[in-house]
Amino acid sequence: MSAALLDVEKLAVSFVGRAGARTVVADVSFQLEPGEAVGVVGESGSGKSLSMLSLLGLLPDGAHARAAHARFDGRELLSLTTAQLNAIRGREIAIVFQDPLTALNPVLTIGRQITEVIRRHFPVSKAEANQRAGQLLARVGIPDPALRLRQYPHQFSGGMRQRVTIAMALAGEPRILIADEPTTALDVTVQAEIVGLIQSLQRQTGMSVIWVTHDLALLARIAERVLVMYGGRLVEDAPAEQVFASPRHPYTQALLANLRPEAASLAQGTSASVQAGGDAAAVGCPFAPRCPQAMDKCRTTAPPLSAISERVRVACWAVSPEEPMAASQTNGPTSPQSPQAASLPKP
Amino acid sequence: MSSPNIILASRQLTVTYGTARSSFLRPKRNIVQALRGVDLDIYAGETLALVGESGSGKSTLARALVRCIPASSGSVAFKGSDITTSSGRPLRALRRHLQMIFQDPFGSLNPRLSIGSAVGEPLIVHGLASGRELKSRVAECLALVGLDGSVANRRPHEFSGGQRQRICIARALACRPELIAADEVLSALDLSLRGQMLELFRQLKERLSLTYLFISHDLGVVRQISDRVAVMYLGRVVELATTPELYSHPRHPYTHALLAAVPIADPIVERSRQYASLPGEPPSPARPPSGCAFHTRCPRAVERCRTETPKLTELAPGHSVACHRPH
Repeated sequence: MSAALLDVEKLAVSFVGRAGARTVVADVSFQLEPGEAVGVVGESGSGKSLSMLSLLGLLPDGAHARAAHARFDGRELLSLTTAQLNAIRGREIAIVFQDPLTALNPVLTIGRQITEVIRRHFPVSKAEANQRAGQLLARVGIPDPALRLRQYPHQFSGGMRQRVTIAMALAGEPRILIADEPTTALDVTVQAEIVGLIQSLQRQTGMSVIWVTHDLALLARIAERVLVMYGGRLVEDAPAEQVFASPRHPYTQALLANLRPEAASLAQGTSASVQAGGDAAAVGCPFAPRCPQAMDKCRTTAPPLSAISERVRVACWAVSPEEPMAASQTNGPTSPQSPQAASLPKP
Repeated sequence: MSSPNIILASRQLTVTYGTARSSFLRPKRNIVQALRGVDLDIYAGETLALVGESGSGKSTLARALVRCIPASSGSVAFKGSDITTSSGRPLRALRRHLQMIFQDPFGSLNPRLSIGSAVGEPLIVHGLASGRELKSRVAECLALVGLDGSVANRRPHEFSGGQRQRICIARALACRPELIAADEVLSALDLSLRGQMLELFRQLKERLSLTYLFISHDLGVVRQISDRVAVMYLGRVVELATTPELYSHPRHPYTHALLAAVPIADPIVERSRQYASLPGEPPSPARPPSGCAFHTRCPRAVERCRTETPKLTELAPGHSVACHRPH
């Protein structure tokens, strides 16, 4: 249990503005094992990216994160100084973003940008860093690395640019790679290549990968475990096989129904009514307004993420056992939160 | 050939971008052949999907077919009459029947126009309604897409992406077109909204007996909505078949690879699947390879593919493929 590389408990993110605080992520708890491939799926605004960015102190201005704990390898991420965080960013936890064109500096050569990362984290000479950068490019499948190092981002195609950002992310030899929609802007055939690349790099290096995506079907290919987010909350956490074979949360069920037209008629009511949205700080379950199974309780109290079997956690009153006895059987970081803890204190 | 139910047809349709003219002050630029001789028939009442990677010419083909952009050579016929060179008043009259909806519902609505003016504008332009009738026609169109008539006084910024896309659909429907070309209309929307929008498209088609030309890179969506699919690669149609036929028996190696690249929402299937990913990326349309443009990435390519361009030929009824070595 304590072997978790990343252990996050009750993570919350809120924006503080003139109109007061707005909580956009609440009560997110999960663990990541070394070498594991986890997928975080959710729609835009579900808080999937913000949760991940908050762990590295990369939130936009005005946003604040807090958590019961958010430990990476025993270190409390949210209380680190900038200098301490900088030692982790890129070196221990690296991110690949959705848009490689904005992730790369247009006026610097690719070589300059990769060697910058290498020299930031390792005490090597310029020549050595350059050599390593060339090796990295070769490793991510870019032909003719020596020439490519001297070129600028605009001379690369979209897929090739994303390979470059992956090479930059690997430069620090991270233990966790966060892939934040790295293939959304790419064609399916290129997506298949990039996904295959990250998977093989993961096998070679033993790093953990967190895939953040809105594409549930893609996770069937790449994730061992799937975390489903809705309205800023984690609603389901289960092994991939179980999410796809027997999704437990009504939202997950609706998402799958959308992916499988042949089964859609079963869930016509839900698929038609599912909409992006939900407010993490709202009273009750964020999905309740759209949920076909919603009960009175769902509108008043947010369901905690509870273990319903050894490896499956679901936040739903219609699914989780209501007896506190059942909840207290598990212990450790995976234990579900008590219902009162689920209603967040307003900052 | 001249089946009465063909609503829109192209013959050897070619579109080039850039200029070939070179002079002392204007050096020769690259010419990009976005479309390279496309023959395509769209039947009245069907949903024909165009799929392919970015740069394959899907959008160019759709725009050339509805005369948003002029053809460089070849012809387009609407219900049997040539519209390739129409201009002025006849072209304007034609636009009524051929409408287009675009991917970005934020960019395709004028932020200063109220929803009512945006939806009513086509009616005014074509002189179809004015005054009180205009108002009621606008409300009717908004109702068709599931919006309340009271939104007519509001402006685009007050609406979400999904609602804006509905407004764009209402505007396209305003002058009761016969064909709607929908260019990646679902791509900017969240997954759960796509289901609703697909349903809306289906209902509208039934109610208004529309024909759709549906462009999408999302093969899952295409499978759900279309009757026939045309697969494009580098400015050419390489395979054309009915939807069930294309998904169950793809004949062109490119279609094979494209379908294999789409993830299936089942981890057990995915793990046992061998998806031979396509090496490399689509070549630049500015410098298309010789022969079959796909030969540089094709696992089945032979010498002939490098030299001779395969023609789109019907291998089975309703199933055409442009390949020397189809599956």
